[in-house]
Amino acid sequence: MKKYISFFKIRFQVGLQYRSASIAALTTQFLWGIMECAAYRAIYMSSGMEPPMEFSALVSYIWLKEAFLAMFNTWVTTDGDIFTVIMNGDVAYELCRPVSLYRMWFAKSVGGRCATAALKCVPIIAVSVLLPRPYRLSPPRDLVAFCFFLLTLFLGLFVTVAFCMVVYAITLFTISPQGLRAVLTGAVEFLSGAVIPFPFIPQPVRGVLELLPFGSMHNVALRVYSGSLAGGEMLRAVALQVFWIVALVLLGKAICRTAERRIVVQGG
Amino acid sequence: MITMEGICKSYRIAKRNAGLKEACKSLFHRENETIEALSDVSFTIEDGEMVGYIGPNGAGKSSTIKILSGILTPDSGSCIVNGRTPWKDRIAHVREIGVVFGQRSQLWWDIPVIDSFELIKEIYSVETHDYHHNLEELTEMLNLKELLRTPVRQLSLGQRMRCEIAASLLHNPGILFLDEPTIGLDAVSKLAVRDFIKKRNREYGTTVILTTHDMQDIAALTNRVILIGKGRLLLDGTLDTLRQQAADLEGGEPSEELDKIVAKLYRGLDIL
Repeated sequence: MKKYISFFKIRFQVGLQYRSASIAALTTQFLWGIMECAAYRAIYMSSGMEPPMEFSALVSYIWLKEAFLAMFNTWVTTDGDIFTVIMNGDVAYELCRPVSLYRMWFAKSVGGRCATAALKCVPIIAVSVLLPRPYRLSPPRDLVAFCFFLLTLFLGLFVTVAFCMVVYAITLFTISPQGLRAVLTGAVEFLSGAVIPFPFIPQPVRGVLELLPFGSMHNVALRVYSGSLAGGEMLRAVALQVFWIVALVLLGKAICRTAERRIVVQGG
Repeated sequence: MITMEGICKSYRIAKRNAGLKEACKSLFHRENETIEALSDVSFTIEDGEMVGYIGPNGAGKSSTIKILSGILTPDSGSCIVNGRTPWKDRIAHVREIGVVFGQRSQLWWDIPVIDSFELIKEIYSVETHDYHHNLEELTEMLNLKELLRTPVRQLSLGQRMRCEIAASLLHNPGILFLDEPTIGLDAVSKLAVRDFIKKRNREYGTTVILTTHDMQDIAALTNRVILIGKGRLLLDGTLDTLRQQAADLEGGEPSEELDKIVAKLYRGLDIL
């Protein structure tokens, strides 16, 4: 276990290495958050329908999504180094380590995501609680909601990483990640509720989305925080998260094991 | 002890001619060629031996190293290293070996070298005391003092190579596979690395298998040379055997210069 913690640690150190990249990303995310809030505000003001989510809950959803974006990213450069070692063949060295490839990458991925999120969540949360009223991040509904928020946040992180591990294991066969990534970029964004929060999506589509693994990523934690998901419904969501972690880990491990036997590290 | 018995490995390679037309054609029909990277390779290496593994480009040297280090599964044949089959028992096997792939990197690109070393210490569960002792020795012999605190991306090839070699030895492996370890090294570093490998072998009885195109590496380090060409093992003996064979092939005086001898052999055996 200690070994895997040190992968987490080193990935964390890498995450802290580049300051200007963090600042640039932070600015982008901050502006994006404001734009999103403004767009939804326009919708709320202009339409006569009963909104499916309180505006303050929606604002919290948006800000927390930006604050913890790195934990749930399935696109951009998160875990770029795993794709890189597969493409350039340095995976040869990874295979020469007395550790399980699956667990090593899992720990690395969790470490990298936590490092980036830890750097970003503090400034984003600090600024968003100081914003003027309608755009302000409100405190969690109550202490229980906050505890469940933390729990589901990490469960969601594990679902995301377990899902990405399946992608990495497949990449061991295809070598180039381009195809898979192109499909994932758009699809997972939408299916996980990052573009449009689930409450805005009509039934029965919403019901299906909630059952998919993508619905167990950040959707649960962000809605638990503001109380848009509570009680029995929340517990069901937690159980579903646990189910997807187990299922995706088993699948990823199986593919990884086959890959380890079959892969050929090409070149000298 | 390392034994390889009748190891075979073939690769399928998609080939096509140049040009757009050919590229489009290959979308529908692939011409695959099967290449025998290794056919029926057998040898035995005793503990504490230093063996040079040579052959022209594409002879199968790296494939052999990959099989020995457990990251490539051969099509057939058996290979036992310290009582284990590398690809079947990978995790237990790699704990006892050190590998340097001259063409690849095991160090973390963005952060100082020493952070990568610390990680390796954890991965192999090296005792803190042993780690510091090893690190000190490696730092001194490979002259790493100034490099340890530098991010890897800012090292030159030769500097990085020295750090790569040190990284592969931090856990004191009994067997060391070196795949072109002197690539990109300056004369001083080359000598340092050679001395260092020799010392390791003398003091710890480390078994060393070395692939290289630098015949001076071979001359300086190894008594035994294994020559491989087109996936077949062609010669297994001392440098003198090599000289003799070259002289027999071409006739005339045995040449003194190693590079010439080897070039003669490659041509004479028709393995280029």
